[in-house]
Amino acid sequence: MESFLTRYRNLTVLLVVVTAQLLLLAWQVKTAEDVPLIRVWAVTTVVPVARILDDVRRYTFGSLQDYFVLVGVRDENRRLRQENTQLKMQNHFLTAQVHTADRAHALLAFQSETPSTTLPARIIGSGTGVNSANVFIDRGANSGVEKGMAVVTPEGIVGKIVEAYPTASLVLLATDPSFAAGVVSQRNHVFGTMKGQGHGTCIIDYVQNEQRVDPGEWFYTSGYDRVFPRGFPAGQVTAVHNGRYSKEIFINPSGLQSGLDEVLVVLNGVHQAIPENELPAPGIHMMPAPPELARNPKAQQQVLGNTTADRLRTAYQEVGEAQGHHFGEGLPGSTPPNFNMKVTPGMKVNPAATRPSEKPAVEPGDTEDSVPVDVTPPEQPPAQPPAAPAGKNGPPAGPTGRQGRSAR
Amino acid sequence: MTEYSERLLDAPGAVRRPLGLRIVGIILAPFLALLFQVYVTRLVSVFSYPFLSYLELPLLMVVYFALVRREPVSAVFYGAAVGLFQDALSAPGTHPIGMYGIVKTLVGYFAASVSQRFDVENPILIAILTFFFYFFHEFFYWVLTRALLGEMTNFDTQQKIVFGLLNAAVSLPLFHVLDKMKVTA
Repeated sequence: MESFLTRYRNLTVLLVVVTAQLLLLAWQVKTAEDVPLIRVWAVTTVVPVARILDDVRRYTFGSLQDYFVLVGVRDENRRLRQENTQLKMQNHFLTAQVHTADRAHALLAFQSETPSTTLPARIIGSGTGVNSANVFIDRGANSGVEKGMAVVTPEGIVGKIVEAYPTASLVLLATDPSFAAGVVSQRNHVFGTMKGQGHGTCIIDYVQNEQRVDPGEWFYTSGYDRVFPRGFPAGQVTAVHNGRYSKEIFINPSGLQSGLDEVLVVLNGVHQAIPENELPAPGIHMMPAPPELARNPKAQQQVLGNTTADRLRTAYQEVGEAQGHHFGEGLPGSTPPNFNMKVTPGMKVNPAATRPSEKPAVEPGDTEDSVPVDVTPPEQPPAQPPAAPAGKNGPPAGPTGRQGRSAR
Repeated sequence: MTEYSERLLDAPGAVRRPLGLRIVGIILAPFLALLFQVYVTRLVSVFSYPFLSYLELPLLMVVYFALVRREPVSAVFYGAAVGLFQDALSAPGTHPIGMYGIVKTLVGYFAASVSQRFDVENPILIAILTFFFYFFHEFFYWVLTRALLGEMTNFDTQQKIVFGLLNAAVSLPLFHVLDKMKVTA
């Protein structure tokens, strides 16, 4: 036996070692247990050396690597600059997209609020005229667009349709020299005609030098041009001075101040009231009116101005109210109120007695209070022929006196 | 064993005398090889050299020790020690201790037996033996995995051949460096 082991010593040792390991392996597999002691020793031996090696690598190869990284910094910087430029362009594009979305949202809100029937359209190009200001929109006759329709935005009027093609339309912008629209000022109710000049500013024509227009005052569409419904913002006065024959009034067309992307074509316009509150200038915060002024327009009138013209205006307004007349509503040829009537406090006048054939004409959608008051005059004024107020007496004659000019 | 082989082995000069290795070479070299195996993933991630993960340096150390020592008994223990150490550094749940131990024990024994009978100083022969033992190591490990652990893994012969060639190529300069630690009689 001993000679056998001696003769086959190598093979015996191999079998013993392999068998021992096989038994260890079988025990681990069968019991699902491990030999943690061997693993702890091995890991405890290797890990500190590995940590030292990693430190060495970090302070040697890592430094070299950092050096080579620094060598490539210039190229990386150039690449980052290009990437930064692309990101800036992308940022501008996305910002423009957000603004477009905001404008579209405002357009949608305006479309839902305005009583007029409108059709949203998108500007797809501009006309080819040298001095003309016209653009193409993507809605045409197939969508119900007709020549002569108004084109507006929530900020104000844009222009009018001068040609309706089946799938597109040509819009004459308000800045075109051939553009004209009837407008009325918000505060002083001065009627005029808004005209384009071929550049960014428009003028208000046919306003007498005696009439009052203040810088910063807003002009609204009067509705008498039969193109734009009454009550749409037209623009804000930037400069006013007396001319040789009439006032020279310059306004910024409010509908064209911001970039045009989407517009509304007014398919079926409804006249609206001109707002009492002044619109704040773009970008300037304006507080609401004090409570007493908001409740009492007469107090506001006293605050705003106490000139002779203001007193005359107040007197004629009282005359009109006593006779149930609403300025700005009379049609051409209707009987004006009796401006020679003496109005005393508490006086009641039957409007039917003074103007038997006149009925208050209210435009569709007009929100002004037009409920007639049954009043009885304390003393019947003598029947007199209707006086022409616009000439010698100088009250604001309302739209009837200027309709012909402002609607051209 | 035939009478011819008995006579061949007993003939003077046929059985090569064992060569010694410095203690540094015996302990430190396999330790560094195991450290390399542990650190190889880190090196791969740092230097982006994926072929480093295919090197089996502990196996090369066992082969080198067995070829140099020409003693099957010491090669068996050497292979068992290196293999068990390598097992201990593996994942406990999936790799029980003894898998590499058994395989490297067999590799050490056969490598030492071969070196007793053939002159393994020739680099080409060293490369061929390294390739053969690598393939044997991988194949026997795959057999143990299937037989003892019941893991149905595939043996990619083509891949193992390529990796065997890689290890054989690496073994030539590595063994040349390790020869510096050899103690000649």
